[in-house]
Amino acid sequence: MMNNFVVLPLVIPLLSGLLMALLRKNVRVQRWLSILSVLLTFTVSYHLLQTVKAEGIQILEIGGWTAPFGIVLVVDLISALLLMTTSVVSFACIIYAFKSIGAEREKFYFYSLIQFLLTGINGSFITGDLFNLYVCFEVMLLASYVLLSLGGGRVQLREGIKYIVINTLSSTFFLLGIAYLYAVVGTLNLAHLSVRVAEAGQTGLMTTIAVLFLIVFGIKAALFLFFWLPGAYSAPPAAISAIFAALLTKVGIYTIFRLYTLVFYHQPHITHTLIAVMAGLTMLLGGIGAIGQWDIRKILGYNVIIGVGFVISGLAVFTSAAVAGAIYYVIHDMVTKALLFLLGGTMISIVGTGKLKEISGLIRNHPSLGWMFFITTLALAGVPPLSGFIGKVLIIKEGLSKGVFQAGFYWLAGIGLLSSLMILYSLMKIFINGFWGETQLSKEMEKGTTQGLLFPCVFLTAVCVFLGLGAELLYPYIESASQSLIDPHSYIQAVLSEVV
Amino acid sequence: MGLKNDVILQTVTKVAVFIILAFSIHLFIGGHHNPGGGFVGGLAVVSAFTLLLLAFDLKSLRAGLIINFEILAIVGVLIAVCTGMSSLLFNEPFLNQIFGTINLPILGETEFATAVIFDTGVAFAVLGTALSIITTISEDICKWRQ
Repeated sequence: MMNNFVVLPLVIPLLSGLLMALLRKNVRVQRWLSILSVLLTFTVSYHLLQTVKAEGIQILEIGGWTAPFGIVLVVDLISALLLMTTSVVSFACIIYAFKSIGAEREKFYFYSLIQFLLTGINGSFITGDLFNLYVCFEVMLLASYVLLSLGGGRVQLREGIKYIVINTLSSTFFLLGIAYLYAVVGTLNLAHLSVRVAEAGQTGLMTTIAVLFLIVFGIKAALFLFFWLPGAYSAPPAAISAIFAALLTKVGIYTIFRLYTLVFYHQPHITHTLIAVMAGLTMLLGGIGAIGQWDIRKILGYNVIIGVGFVISGLAVFTSAAVAGAIYYVIHDMVTKALLFLLGGTMISIVGTGKLKEISGLIRNHPSLGWMFFITTLALAGVPPLSGFIGKVLIIKEGLSKGVFQAGFYWLAGIGLLSSLMILYSLMKIFINGFWGETQLSKEMEKGTTQGLLFPCVFLTAVCVFLGLGAELLYPYIESASQSLIDPHSYIQAVLSEVV
Repeated sequence: MGLKNDVILQTVTKVAVFIILAFSIHLFIGGHHNPGGGFVGGLAVVSAFTLLLLAFDLKSLRAGLIINFEILAIVGVLIAVCTGMSSLLFNEPFLNQIFGTINLPILGETEFATAVIFDTGVAFAVLGTALSIITTISEDICKWRQ
C-alpha cells in the first residue's frame, strides 16, 4: 500500500528542527515548535498504527522508484508502535528540558538538535533499506555527539570523545558489513535481502557477515559491548541523558530484531545462540555493575544495559509469544528508563550531587518524587500490574518452555529472573539511601527546585501505569507485530509486491 | 593568515577563482544527466572561496561575502526538503520529480526539471556547511596565533 503519510515521522522533526535553527534567538517559539512537532509526529504515528492494523503494512517508494531499485520506507506494526513511544518519551523529555536545561544550551540549537535526533531515530524505524538505515543512524549519532558535548563541561568532553571514537568505529564496521553483503547478494533492500539470502542459503560467509553486524549493533545497542554506555549516559544533563537512555539503544535493538528475523534467520543455532549468550552476559554484567555502583547516574546507566539484555533474550528465545513479550518490554523500557533518568536527574538537581552516600531523607520534602521513584522501581522489577510484568512473564515463560528442549534456555530464563532481582536491589538502594533516613537538607538549603520538573515525571508515570493496566488494549497490536516479525512473508510481500 | 607579499598567488587566484566558479556552475547544471550536481557544484564553489581565503585573509573574504553561512546551510536544507514535500501536494510519492522541455529564444529546446530546485538546496547546504567549517577553523587559528 502506497502511503505518503509514511514519510511524515521523518520530515516533521526535520522541518521543525530547521525552522528552529533559523529562530535561534527566540527560545519561546522554539519551545512551542518542539511540542507541536512531537505532538504532530505522535498523531501521524497513531494514524499509521491504525492504518497498518486495518490494511496491512504501509510502504512509500521514494521518488516513485520501485522496490529493489529505489529506497522504500516501510511502516509495519512494530515500527508504528516504536514511533508512537518515541514521541511520547520525547514529549516528556522536552518539557523537562524547559526548566532544567538552561538558557545557554537553549540558545545553542538544543531544541533543533533534539529534533534532528528524532529525525534519525524515526528514520531508522521506518526505513526499508540497509544503506538508508546507516544514513539515519549517522543522523541520529551526529545529533547525539553534539548533544552529549553541548555545554562543554570537562566530564562531557571526556565522555564525548570516547563516545565518538567508539561509534565511529562501529559505524565503519557497519559500512564494511554493508559492502560485504552487497558484494555477496547484490542488494541492500531489506525485503529483497531476505529473499536473496533465502534463495542462496545462509552459507558460512553470510553467517560471518551476520556476526559482523551483530558486533556493530552490539555496540550501538549496548548488547554485551556496553563498556562505553555508563560513562557516556551519565555525563550530559538529565533531559538529554533521559532521551539517550530511552531511545538510542532501542534503535540498535530494533535493528537487531529486524535483521535477525527478516534476513539472517536461517542459521539460528549459530546467530541466535550467540545472541542468547550475549543477552545473558549483558544482563549479568549489567546487574553486577548496577549493584556495585554508589552513584545515581551510574546505577541508572547500568540499568539501561540490563534492560537491553532482557529484551534481546526475548529475541533469542524466538517464539511468537517471546518476541511479543520483547516488543512489549521495549515499549515499557523506553517509557520507564526515560522516567527513571528524569527522576534521578531531579534528585541530583535537588541535592547537587549524584553520590548516594551524601543524600538522605528526600521523601520528607519531596513525597511525590519519592513515590514516583518507588512505582518506577516496581515497574522495572516487574511487579504486577505495572508495565514491566507482562513482558517479563512472556519472555521467561517461553524461555522455560523452550528449556525443555534446550537446557541453555533454562539458564537464560534464570538469568532473566535474577536480573529482575538485581534491578530491584540496585534501585531500592537509591530509594532507601536517598529517600529514607534523616532529612539533611531543609527546603532552603536545596540546590535546585522541582518546580516544573515534576509534570513530565507524572506524565510518564501515568503512561507506565497505563501500559500495565491497559495491556489488554495494546496486546492485539503487539501480538500481530510479533507475528509479522516471526513470519517475514508479509513484509516481503508488501515491499516487493510489484516485482515478485 | 595573510601572506602579505605573495604577489604570484594573489594574482593567479584573482583569475583562477572565476574559472573555478564558472566550472562549478557547469558541474551544477550538468549534474542532471552527467556526473556533477548540487553537492559537487557546491564543493567547487567552496574550493574557490578557500583559495581566496588562503591567498588573502578571512577579513577580506568576509567583506566580500556578507551572507551568514549557517543560515545559508539551513535555508539550503529547507529548500531541498520543501521541494521533496511539494510532491505530497499532488499525491505523488515523496521526492518525486517531473521535467519538461521549453523552447527558449537563444538556447533552443531546454530541459527543465524540478530536481534542479532540490539540487539548488543541496548546493546551498554544502556551501553553507563547508564555509562555516572552514571559517570557524581559520578563526580559531587566528585567535591561537594571537
